[in-house]
Amino acid sequence: MELLLVLLVGIFYSAGIFLMLRRSMVKLLLGLLLLGNGANILIFLMGGLTKGKPPIIGEHDKQFTDVYADPVPQALILTAIVISFALTAFAIILLKKVYATTGSEDLDSLNIQDLDI
Amino acid sequence: MITNFILAPILVHLITAVLLLFFWQKVQAQKVISTIGNSIAFLLCVRLFFTTQEEGFLILQTGGWKAPFGITFVSDSFSSIMVLLTAIVSLAVGVYSSAALNVSRIKYGYFFIFHFLIMGLLGAFLAGDIFNLYVWFEVVIISSFVLMTLGGGKMQMEAGIKYVTMNMLASTVFLTAIGILYGITGTLNMADLSLKIAENTHTGLVSVTALLFFVGFGIKSAVFPLYFWLPSSYHTPPSAIAAIFSGLLTKMGIYAMIRVFTLIFQPDDFIRNTFIVIAIMTMITGALGAINKRSLRRLISYLIVCHIGYLIAGIGIYTELAMVGVIFYLIHDVIVKSNLLMITGVIQKIRETIDITRLGGLGKEYPKLSFIISIALFSLVGIPPLSGFWPKIQFLGESIKAGQYILFGAFIFASFITLFVVAKAWTEVFWKPSPKPITEEIDHFASLNFWRKFKLVAPITALSLVSLYIGLNADGVYELTQKTAHELMNPSAYIDAVLNHKINR
Repeated sequence: MELLLVLLVGIFYSAGIFLMLRRSMVKLLLGLLLLGNGANILIFLMGGLTKGKPPIIGEHDKQFTDVYADPVPQALILTAIVISFALTAFAIILLKKVYATTGSEDLDSLNIQDLDI
Repeated sequence: MITNFILAPILVHLITAVLLLFFWQKVQAQKVISTIGNSIAFLLCVRLFFTTQEEGFLILQTGGWKAPFGITFVSDSFSSIMVLLTAIVSLAVGVYSSAALNVSRIKYGYFFIFHFLIMGLLGAFLAGDIFNLYVWFEVVIISSFVLMTLGGGKMQMEAGIKYVTMNMLASTVFLTAIGILYGITGTLNMADLSLKIAENTHTGLVSVTALLFFVGFGIKSAVFPLYFWLPSSYHTPPSAIAAIFSGLLTKMGIYAMIRVFTLIFQPDDFIRNTFIVIAIMTMITGALGAINKRSLRRLISYLIVCHIGYLIAGIGIYTELAMVGVIFYLIHDVIVKSNLLMITGVIQKIRETIDITRLGGLGKEYPKLSFIISIALFSLVGIPPLSGFWPKIQFLGESIKAGQYILFGAFIFASFITLFVVAKAWTEVFWKPSPKPITEEIDHFASLNFWRKFKLVAPITALSLVSLYIGLNADGVYELTQKTAHELMNPSAYIDAVLNHKINR
């Protein structure tokens, strides 16, 4: 299971970076999304995978007696998801607005103003 | 000292922002509320600064959870300096923007977002938990995205794409670094991380994580290979927004970098050399970029990049005296850069352009204003009694002592180019006669009423006076930075304060 997630994180990061380097706006957006999701899975993985052991103390116990799943990474991921949701929503609107004003989806056509010094 | 007071300035900005929502589209009310909120927050920040200087550390464990488990807010000497600088700049820019921005931007929530941005900055400076720092970073960047693109035309939108993309990438790298760090240590509290990393034996993994942090913060603070987004986006928003961005946002990256590389990681030779090489490249590329720029705002954007190099170099040398230089320069840079950007706004108001070849004759027409502007410009260069001079001496001395002669050369080169660029801008804008006759229509500044003129010029004057004060009272500021640098380089006091405090129940 760990190995699968490691591979998935690698694929997400590489695909994300690759898509960000393309000229199309939509691919840029998808790249950002993939990178964000890759980071989330990475945190999940780094917290250690423990199956079927929720971090809840049983009714008759005073303390944890067994290995339990770490709840902190999940809290972190939840926060990160909410944040990336907001950022992505903003980025989509921005890209749509730029497409509406410039009429082009090619990121290279945006650099006209950089030519003047 | 355990106190809830730490959160007061953050809460004031939050409450102001929420209040502003109730006055949507009411421009006059928004201006008044924003100024009042800013002033109250300013007073609270000043009090936070002085209390911290007296008490040593102010700490808040939210919800009464003990340190490594709960979220901690810490105000040490360095944080409190940054908080004070944020307060000064936000008050100045807040007043300035109430006169400089057009009505439609204010109608569509400029002040609302502005207060969220400042809230995020204050939170980032006071956070004692690395993930909390990340969340504050996100609060700041999403507010800055909105400010960057607010009411903009084509140019601002296009610049917005670069800005948004690079910042989102930086956040992802930062988040990745946090994830790996959590995997290595199992904690997020910065004081606890410091202890855990020191015990850790996986030096390779720790170094990689450290460099990931460096890349993440490096993109945000625009260091050498990652700076391209800054000069191609900072000249597009209005001057008030650019002033906040250039004064505080890039410095937030530097703040985080200093915090992470003094408290959590003790940089080894490899990382320090990386810092120094990158610093040299940043200084040189920034300086060379600034030489041939005709637009004042783009020129200043490149100077921002160049001077980020100074700060990185100081961190790279990593001695206590170099850190004194870094903090001193940071104080100076925040004030001067925001001031310069506001000045370009006033110049644009006077002449409708900030292209230096088309400007001229301002010295004769506005002698008093020119004098105030000259203080800001020449303290950027570091003419002796002004504020930029003292940290530069520190940098030069330390780079010689550390045997970094190339770095020494780069410092001299970058300072020289800064002098050249500023002198050129000064002669072109203020001394040479105006290339075209000045008519009533061009000068939008003279026709303003006194109150609006005051709101434009007073913040610039105030920040110039602060620069002058830093320069003339260099002794006092030096003492403060020395104490701060000592605290940063010997983090055990910080760690003790955070981890060993009894919780007041």
